[in-house]
Amino acid sequence: MPSLKELRGRITGVKSTRKITGAMKMVAASKLRRAQIEAEAARPYAATMRRMMSEVATASQGMDPSTLPPLLAGTGRDDVHLLVVLTSDRGLAGGFNANIVRLARRKIGALKAEGKTVRLLPVGRKGGEVLKRYYPDLVVDVLHNDAGAQEGAYSLAQKLAKQVVALVNSGEVDACSLLRNRFVNAMTQLPEALGLVPLPVAKNDNAEKSADAASYEFEPDEATLLTQLLPRNLEVQFYSAILESAAGEHGARMTAMDNASRNASKAIERLSLKYNRTRQANITNELIEIISGAEAV
Amino acid sequence: MPLRAEIVSPEKRHIDRQVDMVVVPGSEGNIAAMPGRAPVMLQLRGGVVTLYKDDQVVERCFVSGGFVDMTADHCTILADSVRALEDLSADDARQTLEELESQWTNVGPDDHEHRVSLSKQIQAARAEIIVAEKFQQNDLKSL
Repeated sequence: MPSLKELRGRITGVKSTRKITGAMKMVAASKLRRAQIEAEAARPYAATMRRMMSEVATASQGMDPSTLPPLLAGTGRDDVHLLVVLTSDRGLAGGFNANIVRLARRKIGALKAEGKTVRLLPVGRKGGEVLKRYYPDLVVDVLHNDAGAQEGAYSLAQKLAKQVVALVNSGEVDACSLLRNRFVNAMTQLPEALGLVPLPVAKNDNAEKSADAASYEFEPDEATLLTQLLPRNLEVQFYSAILESAAGEHGARMTAMDNASRNASKAIERLSLKYNRTRQANITNELIEIISGAEAV
Repeated sequence: MPLRAEIVSPEKRHIDRQVDMVVVPGSEGNIAAMPGRAPVMLQLRGGVVTLYKDDQVVERCFVSGGFVDMTADHCTILADSVRALEDLSADDARQTLEELESQWTNVGPDDHEHRVSLSKQIQAARAEIIVAEKFQQNDLKSL
């Protein structure tokens, strides 16, 4: 049975833990609001861009793939897949990073089973560490995800896009997808894969529409426009994903810290009960000793 | 058949409405999107986007560049930035232009990518000055 002093020490310990988790929850909640607004604001642009790009991809379907930029149609092979895994730099966010890593491992397993080579480009320290441990020879580079600094989000997206463009254009990778947490609400983040290279073709069964799309004109010429538009599309998709992931991270941390605070409160309650019982038992013991001593006299 | 005009910038969706015609500043000259138009994708230069309905101008705004996707039934503008004409300031734009021009002199001739992006920014700043001045003089006809 622990002594009273020990119990007191433990109660103070858990109380200060609760203070910290409570504070982290509040910080995450206030950051979440800002991050959520930013993520939602960036959504229409990214979605419109994606729609536009899938129209381009559909329009270029009938063309000879070797004449198209590799960012649009891929390199013509389908051997090396690059997975950009978007995680956070900081932990204590519940299953936020673990979920994305699990999705990545499943995806890697599936691609390997098809006999393809996989390269990894993790963003965020947390995912980087885990993936480096599991697949030390697949990781190309690890980028930091400083999601707290929002000004950094666009430059990170640009850096990421640049790296991917270089890898694809040099023919080192043939396809690229992004794995990220899609922000649904503060409680829910959905880990999802998003195909980036080659561009996913719009699913539309409307024959008239696809005939329409086939006759796209470009101004200035197609090559100039596409060399501008394709890297830009990557930047925008990464940017929106980084913002969504940041919002998701804060949401996940808020939920995790809320649970932690609640658990701490429960632990304190249990410990206090034990403490009081022990104290009472000690008093009773002392009384018995005094009484039996008095009786003996 | 009306045309759906959408103007989206990275910050938000600015305009999403049914119109009859949209005139956009294409990189090789102004171009109008009308219902039934053959699909075209083009690059924007800095300038004014004008939305028409029933032969009347219903909305004007300044874009600093971006891309446009025109099809038979919609015109989607992905702008780098969108501003209302009354928010433009010729003085601010002149200052930006000066900064950009000093940057231009520092860029090496081999840095093609940087030069292209700078020249676009310079064009947008010049367009902004012109538009802001015309707006001040209430000379909207010639925009």
